[in-house]
Amino acid sequence: MSVVPADVLPGTTAVQDGDAGRPAVLGPSARLWPSLAAVYRSQLSRARVARIPLLFVATFQSVGIMIMMRGVVDGAGEARYVVAGASVVVVAHVALNLLAQYFGQLRAGGGLDHYATLPVPPAAVVLGAAAAYASFTVPGTLVTAVFGCVLFGLPLGNLWVLAAVIPLAGAALSGLGAVCGLLAPRPELATLLGQLGMSAALLLGVLPPDRMPGAVRLLRDLLPSTYGVEAYARTFAARPDWALVLADMAVCAGVGVVSLAVATRAYRRASVR
Amino acid sequence: MCTVRGLTKTYPALRARRGAPAAPEVRATDGVELDVRRGEIFGLLGPNGAGKSTLVRQLTGLMRPDRGTVRILGHDIVAHPERAARILAYLGQESTALDELTVSLAAETTGRLRGLSLRQARAERDAVLDELGLAPIAGRPLKKLSGGQRRLACVAAALVGERPLLVLDEPTTGMDPVARRAVWAAVDRRRAERGTTVVLVTHNVIEAETVLDRVAVLDRGRVIACDTPSALKERVADEVRVELVWRERAPLEVPEVAALKERAVESGRRWTLRLAPEEARTAVATVTGGAAFAALDDFTLATPSLEDVYLALGGAARQGLVKG
Repeated sequence: MSVVPADVLPGTTAVQDGDAGRPAVLGPSARLWPSLAAVYRSQLSRARVARIPLLFVATFQSVGIMIMMRGVVDGAGEARYVVAGASVVVVAHVALNLLAQYFGQLRAGGGLDHYATLPVPPAAVVLGAAAAYASFTVPGTLVTAVFGCVLFGLPLGNLWVLAAVIPLAGAALSGLGAVCGLLAPRPELATLLGQLGMSAALLLGVLPPDRMPGAVRLLRDLLPSTYGVEAYARTFAARPDWALVLADMAVCAGVGVVSLAVATRAYRRASVR
Repeated sequence: MCTVRGLTKTYPALRARRGAPAAPEVRATDGVELDVRRGEIFGLLGPNGAGKSTLVRQLTGLMRPDRGTVRILGHDIVAHPERAARILAYLGQESTALDELTVSLAAETTGRLRGLSLRQARAERDAVLDELGLAPIAGRPLKKLSGGQRRLACVAAALVGERPLLVLDEPTTGMDPVARRAVWAAVDRRRAERGTTVVLVTHNVIEAETVLDRVAVLDRGRVIACDTPSALKERVADEVRVELVWRERAPLEVPEVAALKERAVESGRRWTLRLAPEEARTAVATVTGGAAFAALDDFTLATPSLEDVYLALGGAARQGLVKG
């Protein structure tokens, strides 16, 4: 088919042939921030195709939970946890559960090969995807929080704190989701881990902690989503203790940094076998 | 350009589990040696499970071999697998990573991740989409396209951001002839203008014969032959393939037909025979005249293809290569 003999070809490639025994000059590699932005943008665009699972399911689920809990809770103290918990469950569902599934499927379906054969820093792929999944939670969390405040008659004044809670809880939970998805040897296991994490965030986040037995409370304290719930729930108080809110958010941030670092290592391991 | 020496990879044995029988250890590539020259389209041909994809994964730094070396443009890919991404563009068989993106964004993002600036990535994206005739469907997600169009979009992503080596794993699967021609024209243009080298995995014999400069035939992890397609076919030039299709059943009461049956590979009403030219002539004369002709539906006589080469070289799979 080709009409060009192989030995009369011009030598104008970006990477020149290392004929003289010297290795050829390598092509450019992508830098961290531009490639992170490119991954983030492409991941974000997936919401257009997969709108229902990424944006709506978690919101309906949380709104349903709050309506269900309305008959059970008594007092504003318990309502705070229900509203804060239901809002953070949106983050847990998308950032932890769906991201674990996404990476699990990507790994099983050979999709990681695409990124692994591009000169892109592993952190850009993991952080770009995690940031996009954290972004998917924004509309659902806001809708859930506003709906919950109206439903339980809680003040809407401190809702702005979600601007910090969503990214920090999002970082912590999407980091864990990425770790689950990239380390699980099979995609079904990634899905299972994601589901378990989400269920834990749901049960331990929405129910008011005062009624829990000691062992369960300990478990609750070990779950990173709890600190997101606590930070948000505290702001409903007449005079919020901002130092504690900050401490809770610092825990989320710490878990986020560690889990995203582990996820980056897991990605590197999963992409070259 | 690309030199492979003694490349060996063994997949460990799998223990039996419930629902899955034990699998013995498999040597996917077994002492593979290759020399790919600059600017050529080099093919890897073989049936399923011959080790083509394993070999390609080792060339692209996706898999570490147990033994052996891969050098591309002077770089040791086994020791520095991360360098492969800066020398070559790889088109794998899966499109999972791109499925939910639009054609346009898939190409642009891939270009960005290949180190292009936003402006360069967009310019190259537009040029490649035009070149492959994808511009009218640029705004549609890959998931919503037909198999051939999706494959073409993946080819576009592989071509954005220039690389001196393209490693393409069955790039034209599911494509119609127009798309196929667009792919080979785009590859050829890069070859003529920049001296781009292509390593192509295929089990499409017809495509292999028309586009490849040289081809390595793989069987059970070994390279059993490596030459130009026509030189390989010369090795079996003393054979002719005769295909006979019977209307209902073969007229075995004709003694000559009964004698041919022993040498035929039967598949339903169809008999395939590999014969010396003289024998072929006699066979055709027998079936096109006399009693046998009434039972004959169709017959073809063909010179050897790469599939015949594969079988003559002792390939394990009797019907492994796909024709057409």
